[in-house]
This record gives sequence, C-alpha cells and structure tokens, in this order.
Amino acid sequence: MITLLLIFFPLIAALLLLFTKGEQVKQIALGATIIEFAIAIFAVTQYQHGNTTQFEASYPWISSLGINFHVGMDGISLLMVLLTTFLVPIIILTSFNKDYRNPSRFYSLVLAMQFALVGVFVSLDGFLFYIFWELALIPIYFICLLWGGEGRAKITFKFFVYTLTGSLFMLGALIYLYLHTEGTHSFDIAAIYKAGQGLNAIHQGYVFLAIFIAFAIKMPIFPFHTWQPDTYTVAPAQGTMLLAGIMLKMGTYGVIRWLLPVAPLGVAHWSNVAITLSVIGIVYASCIAIVQKDFKRLIAYSSIAHVGLISAGILACNVQGVQGGMLQMISHGVNVVGLFFIVDILQKRYGTRDIDSLGGIRNLNPQFAVLFLFVLLGSVALPLTNGFVGEFLLLNGVFQFNPWIAAFAGLSVILGAVYMLRSYQSIMLGETNALTGSFAPLSQSEKTVLVILCIAIIGFGVYPKPLLDIAEPSVVKLVDGVRLAMGK
Amino acid sequence: MKALILLSSLGVISLLAELFSFKKLLYPLVLLGLIATFVFNICDWNATNNVFYKMLQFDNYAIAFSSVIIIIAFLWFLMAEGFFKEETNLTDHYALVLFALVGAVILTSYTNMAMLFLGIEILSIPMYILVGSSKNDLSSNEASFKYLIMGAFATGFLLFGIALIYGATGSFDLTEIKTAISSAGVTPQIFYVGMLLMLVGLSFKVSAVPFHFWAPDVYEGAPTVITAFMATIVKLAAFAAFLRLFDVTFYRVSGSWGLVVWMLAALTMLVGNITAVFQTRVKRMLAYSSVAHAGYMLLALLAANHYSNSAILFYGTAYSIGSIATFTIVSIVAGARGDDGIHSFNGLGKSNPMLAVVMTIALLSLAGIPPTAGFFAKYYIFTSSFIAGNVGLVLIAIIASLIGVYYYFRLIIAMYFKEGNHEAIPLDLNHKLLLIVTAIAILVLGICPDFIIRLL
Repeated sequence: MITLLLIFFPLIAALLLLFTKGEQVKQIALGATIIEFAIAIFAVTQYQHGNTTQFEASYPWISSLGINFHVGMDGISLLMVLLTTFLVPIIILTSFNKDYRNPSRFYSLVLAMQFALVGVFVSLDGFLFYIFWELALIPIYFICLLWGGEGRAKITFKFFVYTLTGSLFMLGALIYLYLHTEGTHSFDIAAIYKAGQGLNAIHQGYVFLAIFIAFAIKMPIFPFHTWQPDTYTVAPAQGTMLLAGIMLKMGTYGVIRWLLPVAPLGVAHWSNVAITLSVIGIVYASCIAIVQKDFKRLIAYSSIAHVGLISAGILACNVQGVQGGMLQMISHGVNVVGLFFIVDILQKRYGTRDIDSLGGIRNLNPQFAVLFLFVLLGSVALPLTNGFVGEFLLLNGVFQFNPWIAAFAGLSVILGAVYMLRSYQSIMLGETNALTGSFAPLSQSEKTVLVILCIAIIGFGVYPKPLLDIAEPSVVKLVDGVRLAMGK
Repeated sequence: MKALILLSSLGVISLLAELFSFKKLLYPLVLLGLIATFVFNICDWNATNNVFYKMLQFDNYAIAFSSVIIIIAFLWFLMAEGFFKEETNLTDHYALVLFALVGAVILTSYTNMAMLFLGIEILSIPMYILVGSSKNDLSSNEASFKYLIMGAFATGFLLFGIALIYGATGSFDLTEIKTAISSAGVTPQIFYVGMLLMLVGLSFKVSAVPFHFWAPDVYEGAPTVITAFMATIVKLAAFAAFLRLFDVTFYRVSGSWGLVVWMLAALTMLVGNITAVFQTRVKRMLAYSSVAHAGYMLLALLAANHYSNSAILFYGTAYSIGSIATFTIVSIVAGARGDDGIHSFNGLGKSNPMLAVVMTIALLSLAGIPPTAGFFAKYYIFTSSFIAGNVGLVLIAIIASLIGVYYYFRLIIAMYFKEGNHEAIPLDLNHKLLLIVTAIAILVLGICPDFIIRLL
C-alpha cells in the first residue's frame, strides 16, 4: 500500500499542478515532494530490518501475458526511494530564485519524473520495470528540450536516441528471458531470475551484454558516455541535477537488481571487461575534467569518473563492492546536486561558468566559500565526509576482485582531488577581479539547500551506519545468491 | 452479418438523401448508424454465422476486426465533417465512404476467394473516386489516376493468382483449399505460382516494399481526410484479409512464402523509415511512415502463431488511432497555415498547446515509446516474432524503429523548439472531441492493452 502511495502520489500531484496557475506553483510542488519524502521516511520507520521484500503489492495487469503490476521494496529499493524523495524537494528548492516559462508545466514534468523514478526502483516485474525505465526518459527529455541552453535540440535528441537504443537491447533480453520462463510465461522477477540462471554460460553472456549496454549508456560508462557531457551542460540546472543526482542511479541500481542475479555466469565471464571499461572511464574522465574550463562540464566529467567507480565496485560482485556502491550512489547524488547548484549560483551571479575568469569570491562571501568547500570535500571523498565511506568500500570491493584494477581505480581519488581543488582555488581564492567585483548574498532558499546538503555530507560521513543498515541484509542476500549461482 | 446489412443500407439511405432532401440530417444519421452497426456487430460475439452459402463467415476474428474498423470509421467521420461540408455533391461522398466500409467488412469475413475479390473491389473502387474528389486540384487527379492504374494491376495479379489456385485445387473455398494442400497428394506447381501472385496483389494493397511506389504519391495527392481513410481503414482491412489467407489457409505451405514475406517485411520497414527521414512535407513523411508500419504488421503475419491475430489487431488499432490523430492535426495545421511543410509546425507548442500535446502523444505512439499504445503494439509483435524464431528480423525492426524515432521527433522538436510567429488556430468542436478521444485512447490502450489482446 505504502509503495503504491509512493509511486502514484507524485503522478497525481503532477497532474494537479498542470492545472495550477500563478506564483504558488513552486510552493505546491515543494509541498507535494516534501509530503512524498515524509511518506518515504514513514516507510523507513515501518521497515523491518531483514533481507525480505516488504510493502509488496501485486495486481494482475496484462494477465494473458503473465505481466503483473508487482511492486515492493527491500533494503536496496528503499534506499534508492529515500534518495529520490530526498533529492527532488531539494532540486525544486534550488529553483526558487528562478523564473521558468510555464512553471506549472516545468514542475509537473519534474514530478512526473519522480513518479517514473520511484517506479523504476520498486518494480518487481520485468515489463513494469521497462515501462518505468522508458517513462523516465520522456519528462527529462522535455525538461531539457523546453528549458535547456543553446543547441539543446540536437543534444537532447542525441541523448534520447542513445538511451532508447540501449533500452531496446534490454527489452530484447527481457523478452528472451521471458520466453525461457517456466509454464505460461511470466515477467515476475523471481521467474526472470530463474530463467536467466537456467541458461547456459554462453547465452547468459549474451543476456549480460544486451542488458549491460542499456545500463552502461544510462550511467554512462566509457565508451558509451559521449551523450553525457553535452546533455549535462545544456540541460537547465534542475534538469542536470535530476539527470546526475537520480537518473544515473537507474543504471547502477539496474545492474544490482536486473543484471547480477539475472545472468551470474555472464557476469563471471564478462566482469573483467566491464570493470576494465569502468576503470578506463574513471581515469579518462578525470583526465578530461582536469583540463575543462567550463565548471559545469568539469562536474559532468567528474560524474563519469564517480559512476565508473560505482559500477566497477558493483560488478566486482562482493558484499563490500555492492554495499559501497549503494552508499556511494546516495553520496554522489547529494554531492553532485550540491555541485551543480553551486554552478547555478555562480552562473546566475556572473553569467559565466568559466573557471579561469572567476576568482576571489571567498573574500566577498566567506559563508558561501565554506559551504562550497564542504560539498567539494564530500565530492573528493575526504575522510569524515559521506564520499569517503562509499569510496573506501568500493575500492575494497574492487581490490578483492583484482588488486591491479583497484590500483588504477584508486587514481580516481587523487585525480578527483586535483581537478576539484584546482577549480576551487581558481574560483574562490586569489584576487577578486573585475568580473567578480561583488557577490550578491545568498538568498534564503540557496542557504537552506546548501546547509541541508552539508549536514547530509557531514552527517553520513561521520555516522553512515543507518544507511548501511537499511541495505546490508538485502545486499548480502543478493550477493550470496549471485555468487552461489556463479559457483563461487 | 448485421454490420454488412446496416452499412449497405446506410449507404443507400445517403444516396436517397439527395432525392428526398434531408442532406442536413445525413451527418448525424451516419454517425448514429455507425454506432448502431457497432452495437449490432458485437452482439454476434461468440456466435459464428456462415452466410451467403458459406462464402462469408462472421466469427470472432471477423467481428473483432470489423468492430475496430467501424470505430475508426466513426472517428474518421468526426475528422471529416469539413470534407462533407465543402463539396456540393456531398451525398455520393457519404455513399462512397460507406460502401468502401462494406468492402472492408467483407475483407474481414470472407471464406471464399470470390468474396475476397469482391471485397477488395468494393473497397477500392470508391477509393479511386474519393482520392480524386478535389476535382480542381491537379495532384488529386493525378493521384486518383495513379491509384486506379496501380490498383488495377494489383487486382490483375490477385485474380490471376486466384485462377491458378482454383486450377490447382479445384475450389474457391478457403477450407477446401486448405484441405487440398494438406492432403497426402502432391500439390501442383501452379498452386505455388498462384499463391505468390496473390501475395503480390495483397502486398500492393498493404503497400509493402517494393510494391509501395503508388503510396506516397497517392497519399500526398489525395485530400488529407481521404489519405487518413486509406492509411487506416483500407490498410487494416487489407491486413485482415492477408492474415486470413496466409496464416490460416496457406499456413501449411508457409515454408514457401515465409522467405518472401521475410524480405518484404525487412525491406518495408527499412525503406519506409529511411525514406521518411528525407521528407520535408509532413503528409508525405506520414505516407512513408504508413508504409513502414505495414512492415511491422508483416512481422506478425510471418510469425503465424497464436499471437499473430491479436498482434495485428492490436497493432492495427494502435496505429490507426495514432494515424487518425496525426492526419487530423496535419489537415488542421496545413489548412490554417497554407502548406504541410515541417516549418508549418514551428511554434505550435506555443500557439496551440492542445494540438501540440495530442500530436506529441500520437507521434510517441507511432514511434513506439512507452506508455503509449504504439509501444505495446510493437512489443507484442516483437514477442510473437521472437517466439517464431525470427530474431534477425526483430533486430532489423528495432533498428527501423530507431530510425523512425528520428523523423517523428523532428516534428516534436519543430513544435516545441523552433520559434514560430503564427496565431492560434481555431478548432471545431468535432476536432476537439476527436483529439481528446484519440489521445485518451492511445494512453488507455498503452496502459491496459489486455482487453484487446484477449479478444483473439
């Protein structure tokens, strides 16, 4: 019941918003998402720690094809829902100083996006998962197309076609698995797992590749990343936050839920390749980030590096890796939203994102400098910030898989520090120049967002246990199941 | 059966309207008549009737397809009100459309080659006239002439095929033909020649590549409402006939037509979609897209398993509803802004949000993006093809759909992204109703498709 509420509340709110006019649209959208967050928190309090799927609901949908509206949450899903419901109100709050054309449509699309995202994270039926997966693409496409920056038509279209292509591969694999389920076929997750694990190693390899491409494009992993920097740069600030903060996690979550247990032998066979690609992505994206002049683009590349580490850890398929991946998904979501918000703040005040032309802002507004520093340190994974715990677990997981790969993956920490600290130095420190002559003080909403994010960064850096506890039993169960099927 | 009688009498009544001068009442009368036809039609559900010395059979298959055709026809009349107002000689237009519908219903229910031929002719002859109904428009005349010549050719092929099959099996009756080719004796070679000739004839009618050359010119030249009629009802009826003939009667010799249909399907999807990319006029683009959609339906025909009937029924329904919506909008926009180039759609998102939203939903459905009907239709066809083992063809279909996304999105981008300085286009009540109904239908069919696919 609670799961249904979580899925459909944003949809209803989105439809209502569409017919709302005037200034209060923002407030209503914020209110709705805060209520949604409250529902998620309530779900956490009701959640019985353990490795079972809870809050399940299942209704026949297209029963002649064995498709059910089957949703539910275990620890992994719950954590992702928590991330989504936490970030969306923050993202809406970041837009409070902005006036978009047709605000009711804009916020309605954001809420529709939330509907699809929550749906992706709680689906326990392959067909339903695919529908939500695709559904998430439509609102974000229109958010970027209607409110994006220069050259958006081409770039967002590339993004759309790229992800759609990947999804179609996944659809092919899902149909293939569906046809191998027992009896009158079914899309239920348990049946799909069973069908996948029943295939021989070669066929599991094909299934792995088909599904992996979909997720690899969504995350994105090298060499499927070419849509990402342009799309992140051209999207409106809130669109970028949605893309990087939450939508990217659809891919990593997908790997955990719909790839590892579906094709364990495929994972065993291809994980070397997939992890190597992820690690190449880390080093490659970090190197490009170092030479970026556009701060937004720099963060886009840093996002490729971070997600590369997450995917490497998850694909290593051990408890540390997956657990680290879960935690890092949360941390990355929080940090990247913070960073893109800082870009937005700078751009609004100076009309530029060029790192070199900014400078000396710390002297003008020390408060902003401190908040920026916290977000940045979280992003470079300094101990006692949220990024550290996740990254440590991830590297640990990759190390167990292969120490050499882990050594290269570890470069992400060093290179990350290089480009982040360099940009902080260039933007905030040094002499105030003609462009940065004055800095309009942070507005109330800006301050609120940054403070909440900083609390989250420090809070979960010092005490990550509640988050780890939610996911751990489910992660252990899933990883054990996969390793058993691998024969390890 | 009742559908046939009702539609024919509606046609006769509309001819009489001229004599007894109740022309004004005709439009509501036809709409009511269609509703009545639909109701009587579905009353026969599960009661198989053989009529005309077993030359027609109203089984569930026929009723399902003819009901969909009647629904689409109803929507089409909502779209085409203006078409009937403009012309002076309006009652024969009503009669021609209704008689074409009679032909369509025969095509869904024939069990005899003679009725197949009759159905195709009853459907086609009114269309030849209707395509040329803008008498002062040169391209409309050209289209009509082209359609007539090509259609005559296709009919020739079809008849030749029927004759050869008659020679080989000694019967026009589908059941007897089926028995003849299933029996132990050797089937004469001329049977296969006849079958391939029939395949060519029907491929003309569904505009499968390489028998599609007439389609873009005819679709472009004809008045837009007639184009919509051809792209939906004619295509749906032709597919119902195609399916009954090949998946039921010729099923046992599918080995000898499978490869041909495989190639037809692959070519149709690829050529249709790729050519559509290069079109600058929306109507012509939709004509090529309509060609491409025939390719997807051939996929289900080729699969020839227990999913095929419902897959084509669902795909045809989804595609027809999407097409009716897009053609309506194209005719409205082209009418108000002078021509149907893509630039006419610039800024439609601002000037007419409702048109743009419905167009977007319809285009997403034609492109096959969830949660629209078009997605489920494609999914269902791909699944049936997968089960039949045509994995390679499914891959081609996926690539073709991706190409399709490209040109459908060009319109969406034009509507929302390109700036246009056009004024809002006023909408008729009919059109508003039609657009709302189609948009809802596309979403409802996409979200709960079960009730249609359970039918067959």
